[in-house]
Amino acid sequence: MASNHSAEPALHAGISQEEHHDHPNLEEMRTFGFWIYLMTDVLIFGTFFAAYIVLRGNTNGGPGPAELFELNGIIVSTFLLLASSYTCGLAVLAMNKGKKQALMVWLALTAILGAAFIGLEITEFTHLVQEGATMGTSAFLSAFYTLVGTHGLHVCIGLIWMVAVILQLASKGITPVMKRKVQTISLFWHFLDVVWIFVFTVVYLMGVS
Amino acid sequence: MWEKVKSFASEFFVTGDPLIYGADVSIGLTLIAVVVGMTYFKKWNWLWREWLTTVDHKKIGIMYILSAFLMLFRGGVDALLMRTQLVMPEMSFLAPDHYNQIFTTHGVIMILFMAMPFMFGLFNVMVPLQIGARDVAFPFLNSLSFWLFFAGAMLFNLSFVIGGSPDAGWLAYPPYSELMYNPGVGQDFYIWGIQISGIGSLMTGINFIVTILKMRAPGMKLMRMPMFPWSVLSSCIAIIFSFPILTATLALLFLDRYAGAHFFTLDGGGNPMMYINLIWMWGHPEVYIIVLPAFGIFSEIVSTFSKKKLFGYKSMVYAMMIISVLSFLVWAHHFFTMGSGADVNAFFALTTMLIAIPTGVKVFNWLFTMFRGKITFETPMLWTIGFIPCFVTGGLTGVLLSVAPADFQFHNSYFLIAHFHHVIIGGVVFGYFAGLYYWWPKLFGFKLNERIGKWAFWFWNIGFYLCFMPQYVLGLMGMTRRVVSYSWDKGWWEMNLVSTIGAALMGIAFLFQVWQIAHGVKHSAANRDTTGDPWNGRTLEWSIPSPAPYYNFAVLPQVSSQDEWWEEKQRMEQGGAKAQSQLYTGELEPIHMPKNSAIPILMSACCFVAGFGFVFHWLWFVIAGISGLAICMLKHSFNHDTDYYIPVEEIRSSEASTGRWKN
Repeated sequence: MASNHSAEPALHAGISQEEHHDHPNLEEMRTFGFWIYLMTDVLIFGTFFAAYIVLRGNTNGGPGPAELFELNGIIVSTFLLLASSYTCGLAVLAMNKGKKQALMVWLALTAILGAAFIGLEITEFTHLVQEGATMGTSAFLSAFYTLVGTHGLHVCIGLIWMVAVILQLASKGITPVMKRKVQTISLFWHFLDVVWIFVFTVVYLMGVS
Repeated sequence: MWEKVKSFASEFFVTGDPLIYGADVSIGLTLIAVVVGMTYFKKWNWLWREWLTTVDHKKIGIMYILSAFLMLFRGGVDALLMRTQLVMPEMSFLAPDHYNQIFTTHGVIMILFMAMPFMFGLFNVMVPLQIGARDVAFPFLNSLSFWLFFAGAMLFNLSFVIGGSPDAGWLAYPPYSELMYNPGVGQDFYIWGIQISGIGSLMTGINFIVTILKMRAPGMKLMRMPMFPWSVLSSCIAIIFSFPILTATLALLFLDRYAGAHFFTLDGGGNPMMYINLIWMWGHPEVYIIVLPAFGIFSEIVSTFSKKKLFGYKSMVYAMMIISVLSFLVWAHHFFTMGSGADVNAFFALTTMLIAIPTGVKVFNWLFTMFRGKITFETPMLWTIGFIPCFVTGGLTGVLLSVAPADFQFHNSYFLIAHFHHVIIGGVVFGYFAGLYYWWPKLFGFKLNERIGKWAFWFWNIGFYLCFMPQYVLGLMGMTRRVVSYSWDKGWWEMNLVSTIGAALMGIAFLFQVWQIAHGVKHSAANRDTTGDPWNGRTLEWSIPSPAPYYNFAVLPQVSSQDEWWEEKQRMEQGGAKAQSQLYTGELEPIHMPKNSAIPILMSACCFVAGFGFVFHWLWFVIAGISGLAICMLKHSFNHDTDYYIPVEEIRSSEASTGRWKN
């Protein structure tokens, strides 16, 4: 039985010696797990999008999308976020070339652009609330604040995360663990950019047209 | 000042019912007993080091199962209280509002805080052992998942003595769950208890998908994997696609109640039916999430105790995957009466009927596995054999319910209650019990008493049929769910009486199980499993000692077929004295292991505090909880020293103590 183990390696049909020593690669698994997490986040946004689409006509006699949204500010924040995705991509390229300084600078720039985006969003929300369009005004506005606000919350969490990654890079340098961390934050950042494209289209463009 | 405290306390604590005061006293006494006992035996340090901060999948699994048993007790007491109230017409054992709370908490606890942790417990203890892995993919995350579940369960149960329990049914349909009709804190406990534990469930789903896809032993192709990991994979796929919808839906309900939003309210343009669609988009897959692993367990057991390879391995795999996908296409059958029209109802009626096909395939596979097998009737096999007729008949009533026009008659009647208890007890609960009895020796290193186990089995089974068969009839006679009492002239008395007797028998069966475990622990030395393979098993978990060493496998197994351990035993038998293991070859090497961490339990404590703050609108609690959460996460992120190596000498001496790797 099992006590009969032999220390000699037995030749085994179908299994090469390489496979034998092939332990699971931790960092690769973590990246894979993060991809699955992103899929679940797609579903959370998907649910909020669905709620928004179902409820956007229910303005309860209050203001509708066409009266509320000012496209100019939104186009500016869209470009800020797109630019931050570009700088995030440059950060990963710098990392792959082993340039720690450039990597940190590009990440910091990404975070600054992200913070500017959040600043604009907060300005927009305060402006809307001052006009009397609050969460409790109508089902349309509840769904609007929830969808756009959830995206904003994700960006805020991404900002804290990015600062943490920059600080760790400063002390640890570009190690395999740090490489994976930069890759996951960049995945997250691009993901938020893609979600924003949908928010921009479904909420703002289709709202004012 | 004193008046202020008094008025706060009378709002904060649940008062007025002698049952609740009794519960308060017993909770207080139990807590005192635990604290005194732990201090007296100086066990706090041991508890913290070995259990509360562990990242070992086997220990986390045991904690899950233990919690599930506690919750089974509480949910069971709820059930017995309800059955007592219904035993006679015009009973006034429970007040109507108390009755509402009890059917709500019974449902939530049984599905989310009993079935789910029981299932995750079995995932944890067995999946890594069956696929030849040393742990799950993300051990830290695994510990966090458990503690989030635990924090959520405790928050939910707290509502019993503080603030008041939810009473809007187990899925909290609006508008009744909205602030306008339900101004107390009960529904907020509901939202946050489920939200916190649901996030844990979602992470467990991700964890096991990665574990199964990336960490199988060398040579274990997907199609060589035992059936239980397959069922876990199909269940986890359903988890990652459905639990986000639950998280989002509860968040919307929370915003309605907390921030005055109008998603599901009757005023302001809200749409209550949207909630019912969304919650069932999670709720229906959830039913399959909990039953698929039970199918996997039955497949393992039926093949072990028939001494045969599982019949139709491939069709079993396809059937589970198809069920996992189809489970997302049937949600509207829970509300055919919504009025969405004949076309929509026809679509959902057809998809519902379709699910019976892969399920039928599985039943035939189990039957053909037993056909001409050398069947033995140990307790795990008894539960399996008890399950098949139970699930088939329960499934057939499901097909009856799927007929949309007829459903207008069955909807929300006791016919429905009987149906879902039939498949959930007969499928899920029997399945998890079977799994627990089957893997018990591997988990704890000793076998349980078969005789007491058989008593428990028969009491469960007879009690089950007595309890739920009359409910089908009651449903057809017009008794609707959630009624608190009924009058003498309805003619429902006899059936309700029989049903209550059945419930009592199941209560006795549970006591038999507790006795069986206590008896097993007391006599564990005499019933020790020294072989590691007490059932003459077929899969890898039986090839290592019982209980499994903390690193699971001294060297990773080399797999070349399905049922590899069975094949290895055949090879050794045929090879005689000269035979060499093909399963375990090579030299011992240092093993890479994750370090324990206190962060998961601290993070969950922070979630508990934040959740409690949200329930009572105490903003400083929320801020404290969320800041604590953020600090924990950053602390974990900045810690790069998370693992260590077990030296070869330690592995060798540990293995030698079970008679392995002696040279």
